[in-house]
Amino acid sequence: MTAPALIVHQVGPGVTVQDLGRPGHLAYGLSQGGALDRLALYEGAALLGQSPDCAALEMIGMGGEFEATQALRIALTGAPMQASLDGSPLIWNASHQLPAGSRLRIGGVIAGSVGYLHLGGGIETPPLLGARATQLNAGLGALLTPGARLPVGPDKAGPIGLGLDVADRVSGGVLRILPSVQTALFDAETRKRLEQSQFTRDPRSNRMALRLIPDGQGFALDGGLSVVSEVIVPGDIQITGDGVPVILMAECQTMGGYPRIATVLPADLPRAAQLPVGATLRLQFITPEEGVAALKAEQAALADLPRKVRPLIRDPRDIPDLLSYHLSDGAITGREEETDR
Amino acid sequence: MTVPNPSPSGPWPMIQRLGVSGLLVRFGDQFCEAANRAALAFRAGVEAAPLPGIIETAPSLVSVFLRVDPLPADLDVLEAELCDLLARADWYAAPLPPGRRLIRIPTAYGADMAPDLVEAAEAAGLSEAEAVAQLSTARLRVLSLGFGPGQPYLGELPEHWNLPRRTELTPHVPAGALVLAIRQCVLFSRPSPTGWRHVGQTAFLNFRPESAEPFALKPGDELQFPTADPDHVAHMIADPDCVDGGAEIEALP
Repeated sequence: MTAPALIVHQVGPGVTVQDLGRPGHLAYGLSQGGALDRLALYEGAALLGQSPDCAALEMIGMGGEFEATQALRIALTGAPMQASLDGSPLIWNASHQLPAGSRLRIGGVIAGSVGYLHLGGGIETPPLLGARATQLNAGLGALLTPGARLPVGPDKAGPIGLGLDVADRVSGGVLRILPSVQTALFDAETRKRLEQSQFTRDPRSNRMALRLIPDGQGFALDGGLSVVSEVIVPGDIQITGDGVPVILMAECQTMGGYPRIATVLPADLPRAAQLPVGATLRLQFITPEEGVAALKAEQAALADLPRKVRPLIRDPRDIPDLLSYHLSDGAITGREEETDR
Repeated sequence: MTVPNPSPSGPWPMIQRLGVSGLLVRFGDQFCEAANRAALAFRAGVEAAPLPGIIETAPSLVSVFLRVDPLPADLDVLEAELCDLLARADWYAAPLPPGRRLIRIPTAYGADMAPDLVEAAEAAGLSEAEAVAQLSTARLRVLSLGFGPGQPYLGELPEHWNLPRRTELTPHVPAGALVLAIRQCVLFSRPSPTGWRHVGQTAFLNFRPESAEPFALKPGDELQFPTADPDHVAHMIADPDCVDGGAEIEALP
């Protein structure tokens, strides 16, 4: 029996295979990469009862049309998107059965920016440097195109029809930030203004960087100070020459020569990645102690995710073959009065 | 909450915290050979004396970045240990770490394969032949790897090579391109736009993702770019099985 596969019939312009990335190569100029919204990978893993190391499809803005060669369990996480199975709507942040030959259609985002499609057993494209994450700027993997067949690993099976209550991270909000290399080069007034500003997403943002458009003036250093290139990591906020803050994202380079005013707490990067056009973000400094406490809380929450999965209470509108449930058996017709008469 | 004001003042070297999981040991705030030497040597020192909580070390031009796990490591303790290690030697005068190599990479200079050579030579006040003679015999150290996977920043050339970056970007140079600016060279890992001058072309691939050793170069390695016949280099570029561009590798004492 051949291994199961997911056939890609149609696909949006920003769909890639992603996992938790390749840590450990900073000294060689390769950033960790991996999913923009790492929390979504953990949520998908919890819904399917498998490892968060399993690779999934990351869909920026738009999904695609998919078909399974054999029945697969799937889960949908991250930014909610229009999703249907053979025309019947599918609930987001939930697991479902994808029967062989059925069409799974995932359209545009309803909220947030980036959604994820997880498969029971995970996507098993050949790993490179120990991971399956696509990293376009390093030439690792490629954008998905129609006609692709993605091999799927063996599924240890398990229930479907499970859901996860997810706190809103797809509508902007507050990102907690901490000092970085050049924070002290920015005067107190500028740092305060950074906290008081509201930011929107520059549409030119991508997997490398999220450009934040401030509601007021920018944050350029006097004299456009140039700094020596240093190691950069996702979350670092560079101030580019035009004074615009740029949050480095999963696929950033490993060195940067722009002054860094702060760095985003890693636990808040999913919220940054999900910032939709039109929503606003704010930045708020926290202390290192608060940062460590937040890190502890994040790790505890990730470990607790599998216990938060619960059976979906199904809305009848979401049951694909409603007629087969014989809901009319024994029910009144509404015309009883007429026949009684 | 009050806005923190971490002060980076004080003598070099200096340790700074970056976020919750980064420490940066800085040996200067602008490039100099001694600070780069210190960064390479200190990074080897940290790797040799493994300190709990350090996940990963990465040298850049004048600093060493440490990715740390603050749970359960106590960053105050780790910082104190790093201070001890800093005090144990004059890292600016320390020998470079062992295990370095000299790698000679055949290079086609000028003409169609590297069209900026003439302009670069002129800007450096040299004839084309003098420029090739200097560039093909210079021994350049891998100062740092970054911007692209396995992509080296190489230095340092003599002062007359202190050429500014161009304001106009060249839209495309191929992988293996040797480019030059500000007394440094870069050997490109991937096709790329650049503001640096494309003076030589090699068939050497810095990044070999399918290989057991995906990164061909290490920080601290030394490189030379001896002149090669352009047809030979072009032939190696066209050969998909040739990843090392005919490089010769020699261990350095």
